Amino acid sequence: MSDVVIRGGRVVDEAGESRADVLVRDGAVAEVSASLPLPSGAEVLDAEGCVVAPGLVDIQVHFREPGREEAETIDTGSRAAARGGMTAVVAMPNTQPPLDDAKVVAAVLEQGRRAPCLVTVAGCITKGRAGRELAPLGELHDLGVRVFTDDGDCVADANVMRRAFEYALALPGSVIAQHAEDPALVAGGHMNEGDWSAKLGIPGRPGEAESTIVARDLALARLTGGRYHVLHMSTATATELVRAAKAEGVHVTAEASPQHFTLTEAECATFDPVFKMNPPLRTDADVAAIVSGLVDGTIDAIATDHAPHAPETKELPFEEAPPGMLGVETALAVALTRLVDPGIMPLRDVLGALSWRPARIAGLDALGHGLPVAAGNPANLCVIDPAHRWVVDPERLASKSRNTPWAGWELTGKVRHTVLRGEPVVVDGESRR
Amino acid sequence: MRDLLSIADLDRAQIEALLDGAEHMADVLGRDIPKVPALRGKTVVSLFYEDSTRTRLSFETAAKRLGADTMTFTLGTSSVKKGESLLDTARTIEAMGVDAMVVRHSAAGAPHRVAGWVDAAVVNAGDGRHEHPTQALLDAFTLRRHRGPGLDGARIAIVGDVRNSRVARSGIACWHRLGAQVTLVGPPTLMPERLDGWPVAVSHDLDDVLTELDVVYVLRVQQERLGQALLPSLREYYARYGVTTARSERMKPDALVMHPGPMIRGPEIATEVVDGGRSLIREQVANGVAVRMAVLWDLIGSGGRLV
Repeated sequence: MSDVVIRGGRVVDEAGESRADVLVRDGAVAEVSASLPLPSGAEVLDAEGCVVAPGLVDIQVHFREPGREEAETIDTGSRAAARGGMTAVVAMPNTQPPLDDAKVVAAVLEQGRRAPCLVTVAGCITKGRAGRELAPLGELHDLGVRVFTDDGDCVADANVMRRAFEYALALPGSVIAQHAEDPALVAGGHMNEGDWSAKLGIPGRPGEAESTIVARDLALARLTGGRYHVLHMSTATATELVRAAKAEGVHVTAEASPQHFTLTEAECATFDPVFKMNPPLRTDADVAAIVSGLVDGTIDAIATDHAPHAPETKELPFEEAPPGMLGVETALAVALTRLVDPGIMPLRDVLGALSWRPARIAGLDALGHGLPVAAGNPANLCVIDPAHRWVVDPERLASKSRNTPWAGWELTGKVRHTVLRGEPVVVDGESRR
Repeated sequence: MRDLLSIADLDRAQIEALLDGAEHMADVLGRDIPKVPALRGKTVVSLFYEDSTRTRLSFETAAKRLGADTMTFTLGTSSVKKGESLLDTARTIEAMGVDAMVVRHSAAGAPHRVAGWVDAAVVNAGDGRHEHPTQALLDAFTLRRHRGPGLDGARIAIVGDVRNSRVARSGIACWHRLGAQVTLVGPPTLMPERLDGWPVAVSHDLDDVLTELDVVYVLRVQQERLGQALLPSLREYYARYGVTTARSERMKPDALVMHPGPMIRGPEIATEVVDGGRSLIREQVANGVAVRMAVLWDLIGSGGRLV
């Protein structure tokens, strides 16, 4: 592999910010300095006016493989993620079959070996995601799995959740992540329960389905000393619960998805299922609370819940379409447009929520992701043009599916280059492989 | 109007224009030959994803009285059973050359989706728990014939499972726009989850409001609500909210009783009330044809006055 020089950019990482060129050699950062001589034969990545940052890390994606390859594959999903600046992702285990078995996990990891970003997986908490018996957490941990979740479904049984917390204490670096929606309270529901669901006659999923589960799980984390992560947190009440629990020293982290700090339940009035997801789009007050949670660090990470669905499954009435939307190719731009441009959050905090903080939650820092852009660290990097304006065109996404709610939106900020283990996998917005 | 999807899309003047049109259609229906060639050469398709007898027959009769050709597509006999998507079905039917699609679906917003996909005019014939606009129009038409041109000041109570009722959502919007005061009556579990901004009053006690009402509009309560922990028993429900002869006797002398059907005679609404002088239930059905003729004429007619 030839040397790579990233020239003319501003390096922004957890350690600080500085104007610097970056020399990448043999998969690692070799030198960071204000002005580097150009080694002969080196590939130059222009970063004039750009930000050079640790590669982004998305700890909640659905790549649909195995089982629903018509919607996405590890190949298409990881290419989309790399174009979104991601160098590592955690793929959720609600595949068919689910990732509750070492052989299936090993096969998925093998499939991801050729991907243009690191594809890791979360393992199921329970067998078959049925919420009753523990999945082989230890065997999956041996394969490198650190995040355990039944995402898509909530572990509703309090005792099963308690035992999962306890058992995982023996598995270093592991975390129990919850899709926090009480299944009994959301049964039959398709959107946030509130003014709009009442008006549209669409059965609702109350925000209390999230806050009651988060309150209970925080109590169990306190009881067991277990590590808890709230996936795609969407309500003001749950955010407040996590804020208080953190102050008290409970081992809890939380993530929010771009849709939950950008869009509201009012979008559902179009009856277009592109706005259908679980947890559902909430109220203006919830959106404001999620933003404040990101600002004060209560919410550690931005994760996309990238959930591709084949077009025909969204060409249905709202109540009949599956929940979920695309995210990996738009997450950075939506965050820059909605959080950084209006001056709500500094760029570096947003990059922290998109890179080093999620990397630590999922143990991906140990695999070289989210680390400062410093000599000796693995070269997993992205180069962002923060001023580039573009319009989201679903047809131009690398994902196999088209279900983005941001179609037609003008966003500010685009990933220009992505470097994985020293190799430029995206250059000037185009995939190299 | 391009489509009729929701009463919420109409203002008072538009509603009144449709009701005036329906008066004219009612005159046509009163003739020796109750038929005009106003929509000759036009094709109206009924696309029914949910069982319905009266609404489908009412629309088809309306289309035929105006001379349109009609086609029917119901769930039981269709390619939907073979897995065809709503989009493909709608486009396939449109390719046959149709002017209007009358859509009934168990999911809210399905007619709105269809309207976005096809050029034909779409009429919502009931979508999930959302709206059933022609029902609200025919009810308003029926009331107008008894009370004069407006519903101004009329006190209408909708009694029953409002939460799950598309008839109630359309009725509230329509009758409020025409000046009526609407009260929702039933146990809290059958009220919409959120009523902020709704132009309604709420009562959980029918007997408390009964003597002030001009119209009692009865909605069916389905057995399946028991399994959802919404009601302890139908017996208890009917004791509190059933329209019994005793309750009928306490109403204002000129108070009226309505029901969108299908109804359960007996505990829900006493047979004596159904067949008694207060009941508009048969008229509602009869007026449905005139109102639907007016809607079809407005959507796909030449726009001129009927002769």
